[in-house]
Amino acid sequence: MFRYILRRLMIAVPSLLGISLVLFTVLAMAPGDPFSELVSNPNIPPEVALALRQKFGLDDPLMVRYWNWLTAMLQGDWGYSFISRINVETLIMQRIPVTLLLIGSSQLLALCIAIPVGVYAATRPYSIFDQIASTLAFIGFSLPTFFTGILLILFFSIHLDWLPFVYRADIPETGWRFFWEHFKQMIMPVMVLGMFQAGAWTRYVRSAVLDVIRLDYVTTARSKGLSEKVVITKHVLRNALIPVVTLVALQMPAIFGGAIVTEQIFRVPGIGSLIISSMLANDTPVVMAVTFVFSTLVIACNLLADILYGWLDPRISYH
Amino acid sequence: MAGSTLASPTTEGKKPEVTPSNHSPGREAWRRFKRHKLAVVCSVVLGFIVLAVLLGPWVWRVPINEIDFNARMQGPSWAHPLGTDDLGQDLLARMLYGGRISLAVGLAAMLIAISVGVVVGAIAGMSKGPVDAFLMWVTDLFLSLPQLPLLLLIFYLFNDTLKKMIGPEAGVFVLVVAVIGGLRWMPVARLVRAQFLTLREKEFVEAARALGASPWRQVTVHILPNAMGPVIVAATIDVAAAIIAESTLSFLGLGFPPDIPTWGRILFDAKDHMDVAVHWALFPGALIFITVLTINYIGDGLRDAYDPRRVL
Repeated sequence: MFRYILRRLMIAVPSLLGISLVLFTVLAMAPGDPFSELVSNPNIPPEVALALRQKFGLDDPLMVRYWNWLTAMLQGDWGYSFISRINVETLIMQRIPVTLLLIGSSQLLALCIAIPVGVYAATRPYSIFDQIASTLAFIGFSLPTFFTGILLILFFSIHLDWLPFVYRADIPETGWRFFWEHFKQMIMPVMVLGMFQAGAWTRYVRSAVLDVIRLDYVTTARSKGLSEKVVITKHVLRNALIPVVTLVALQMPAIFGGAIVTEQIFRVPGIGSLIISSMLANDTPVVMAVTFVFSTLVIACNLLADILYGWLDPRISYH
Repeated sequence: MAGSTLASPTTEGKKPEVTPSNHSPGREAWRRFKRHKLAVVCSVVLGFIVLAVLLGPWVWRVPINEIDFNARMQGPSWAHPLGTDDLGQDLLARMLYGGRISLAVGLAAMLIAISVGVVVGAIAGMSKGPVDAFLMWVTDLFLSLPQLPLLLLIFYLFNDTLKKMIGPEAGVFVLVVAVIGGLRWMPVARLVRAQFLTLREKEFVEAARALGASPWRQVTVHILPNAMGPVIVAATIDVAAAIIAESTLSFLGLGFPPDIPTWGRILFDAKDHMDVAVHWALFPGALIFITVLTINYIGDGLRDAYDPRRVL
């Protein structure tokens, strides 16, 4: 198992390099450059502008620039935010816990809905429950996150006035009240993101369970006299989860996309809303860094999926 | 297959009722598609939306940018069936116009995604060894790119230049379509490659090869037509995904300029006035939802129609 994880780690490094290359290419191909204002500014003599360009290596060959950028990123030197006037890595470190909390709890919610509903629907295919669940799942992943967010705000904040729709980082309460207020303002963002994922995952779980539930080894398990609960949880679910893990890992980029939208709707101060506000304010170092962080998170999730495979199906880790 | 249950009821085996086999594959698929009742209903609904968007502006002749401060943020009425926005502009006219753009973006982005995906998948599937391995590495790399952040990044970096080059509307359209299409080809490429790997070894392709068919002819005449089923399904889903992606961009305020009212853009403008003008946000949102839902159901029906495990 340890060697398997190590091998997976070795595969993750080239993908990370590949992604950094894609990001850098996009940046290098992009028109405009950070010193264009200096050139057109009459107060700055051309030699100064030229010296600045040389100092920051803007005229170096592309490969040299890529190498410098990559080493700086790896050393944690992510540049300086033009707008917030602090280092980008400090800014991201301040914002990232909220994003991780939001994504983590919404995925947990999605799993808690998708696995039981999917399994139950698959054990009774084409029953009323299955049909209702399938329809709801279809609706769930056809509703774009921004529209679900608006609907929830309309209903819970404006109509019922139960939940706040603007996320506040500075809650003046202490103790239990503090946690309660935080919990209350997380409900809607987590629901929006979680319901979207739950819809897609319910379908995956259902069809994956359907694929294994009639296999011979399940019949064998039943005929050994095992209870239905043991058969489903120990024999069926574990094998059905393997394709589900693949699909969930493939969905990760979409989840981060959903997180950006959700944070933007509810003004959650995470890195998703940071990327939008930085774009609107032309804060390139922050935009690049956040994109890089999102890519790293996706790779990390793929790695996690690979490790989960090894646990779900020990045969995989021996190959 | 040890009695596995099929994923949807329509493929459930009806008893083989001795149908003549001279039906073309297309008609066979259509016959199976018709059995998925919801998909048929959704096709009708989607057809209605497309027709309304295409022909609507000729029937409903209210200009999309007629400002009327006496009718600001009004709910639905006979003069304005879907109400008005904060400048008193007619929402029905704006949504009909915006629908053209949303649907056009969806279709064009889908075409790009499918073409790139089919080409990459076909090359990978036909060539063995390093080319295949490299193409699949690139595909997996693109699959693990975070799409929305990258979409936003490319948009952010290239928007101004393209706007200057070919005008604000065409520039944004080209960029949106290219970026959305360029980030969605990977599943298609994998699908096509998988199909190619199995079809390539089938007897009928071997026969063609034995008769001296060139690789190009093998691909275009023998393999590709047989691999199209899953591609058509993926194409349908891609239209829906592209519509969502475009609406998301517009909703974040980064898509089309404000004077082009795509559905996402109307929603973006409406979200700050939700306490006074609910209809303004509800109608475009519901329209995006219904369009995406119907397209997804049609994709589901098509999947049944092209299911390789189908029983007649």
